Amino acid sequence: MSELTLTLIKLGFLALLWLFVLTSVSVVKSDLFGERVDTSRPRSSKPPRQRKPRRGAPRSLVITDGANAGESVELAGEPILLGRGADATIRLDDDYVSTRHARFVPNGDDWYVEDLGSTNGTYIGNQRLTTPMAVSIGVQVRIGKTIAELKK
Amino acid sequence: MSMITAAQGRFVSTFVPRKRRGVELMLLVLALILGVGAYALVGIGTEGKVPTDIVGYGSGLVVLALVAHVAVRVKAPYADPVLLPCVVALNGLGLAMIRRIDIGRLAQDPQSHTYATQQLIWTAISVLGFVLTLVVVRDHRRLQAFTFTMGLAGVVLLLLPLVPLLGVNINGARIWISLGSLSFQPGEVAKICLAIFFAGYLVVKRDALALAGRRFAGIDLPRGRDLGPIVLMWLISLGILVFEDDLGSSLLFFGLFVVLLYVATERASWLVVGVVLFAAGAYFSYLAFAHVQTRVQGWLHPFSNPDLYYQIIQGQYGLAWGGILGRGWGQGSPQLTPFAWSDFIGDSLGEELGLTGLMAIIVIYGLIVERGLRTALICRDPFGKLLAVGLAMAMALQVFVVLGGVTNLIPLTGLTTPFLSYGGSSLLANWAMVALILRVSNHARQPMPDLSPPRADDDTQVIGRR
Repeated sequence: MSELTLTLIKLGFLALLWLFVLTSVSVVKSDLFGERVDTSRPRSSKPPRQRKPRRGAPRSLVITDGANAGESVELAGEPILLGRGADATIRLDDDYVSTRHARFVPNGDDWYVEDLGSTNGTYIGNQRLTTPMAVSIGVQVRIGKTIAELKK
Repeated sequence: MSMITAAQGRFVSTFVPRKRRGVELMLLVLALILGVGAYALVGIGTEGKVPTDIVGYGSGLVVLALVAHVAVRVKAPYADPVLLPCVVALNGLGLAMIRRIDIGRLAQDPQSHTYATQQLIWTAISVLGFVLTLVVVRDHRRLQAFTFTMGLAGVVLLLLPLVPLLGVNINGARIWISLGSLSFQPGEVAKICLAIFFAGYLVVKRDALALAGRRFAGIDLPRGRDLGPIVLMWLISLGILVFEDDLGSSLLFFGLFVVLLYVATERASWLVVGVVLFAAGAYFSYLAFAHVQTRVQGWLHPFSNPDLYYQIIQGQYGLAWGGILGRGWGQGSPQLTPFAWSDFIGDSLGEELGLTGLMAIIVIYGLIVERGLRTALICRDPFGKLLAVGLAMAMALQVFVVLGGVTNLIPLTGLTTPFLSYGGSSLLANWAMVALILRVSNHARQPMPDLSPPRADDDTQVIGRR
């Protein structure tokens, strides 16, 4: 067998060896628990055109005080449920909060907060909510020992 | 701050655990092409034609790999997909190299003993051991119940070669036992037993070891009485070094314990204590024992006594002759180095595959260790975490000690290169070790059982009015 053939075989084997190594590395790279999936939106359809929010409209709901202080939810035109239950958008770790405590609901460009028959009630200032009430940016809504407010 | 959109809500953190057995099969095919290809190239390189027994050999290796794959598919479906192909690739390369050295030695002396066929049989037994480990150990957490049994078994296995009549001294190290015509290296199995023991022991003791102690010169020093286990382990390691003349195992077991201690307690002071103890032990055994001095002399000045250090000198010449791209399968002369098929197989591979090939092999070991550590990171129970770290570190330390030794980076010690070297006990123990890592990995990567507490049912506390 000629020298050239042997050299080619040698280089071919080394290439194959590294091919194995690099393939393994690429598998490892994509192997961090599988891929992220977003089950809430159908993949095929286009995302719905979002209406541009009016200037000065609130962008997010932020927990400013209590065990979950610092957590926030972007406002996307859908109702936001606050409570201790598993189906709450922000699951509050607060013993004074009911399972399904209060709800923030959009109406046009305004956001309303509505008490869902909670044990300890939902307060704006000293006033306990009995009907849905419009909230604007910076108004503190008290839920148990937690305070939530809308932010720009 | 977690910014989550209301529409996606709590789905953001949902991962889908994947089995990825198809990927494993694909990598396994590549690994088998490497193994069988290497065997064919050995024939081409030495005799100019593909060896006649390639079909029998190839199908044997393929069947063994498939048996292991099917066992993983059935018994550990969520286990890591990279580990098994890496092991099969290393085992195949080792077999080809052992075959190549057999051919080289037969050319020198037609009467010499051949090892390749025996190694294939040992591979078959090891795969059987691998499958059995996966079948018998259905949940690694059950092993925690055997913590002290394993510890005792490990120490007994380590000391077994010292028993008169049973233990035999082969090639200067008293690490073998002979049963009839079979000889066996109990230290390899002790490695697994002690990894299980260390993990089980440290899970229980970690709090005392981590929290008690006083601060001195910037590091948290452990209490005097907590030093007991590490001192005991140190004494056992020194005992192995002194009475069995086995530098490698001594370093392996002590290093394993110190690393696990560090991982379990997250306190760097244990590393300091460990390194100080090791340095002191190594220095005093260097002063006191001639065989340790010989090893160090061979490391620093091999040409001071070329007859005595013939092996290490030949190994280095082999590596130099290999160069960057190697001689090619069958084109070098690795058979000139004594024990080229066991301890010095790293140099043999370096000679024929060059730096490029040897680096690929080291990266494959790195991948095995990385997958073990990754398993430890994602594992949800502390025992599994420590066990995976222990097994991965045992492999890493062993590869470092032996490859470091044969490349003359550190003093040469007698250990086998996992999966590559000829040797039944080593092969069997390492395959079982990988089976245990796969078992922990399967547990760590399988879908999480739904354990969300029924919080919705407990009562809301009523704010009292003062």
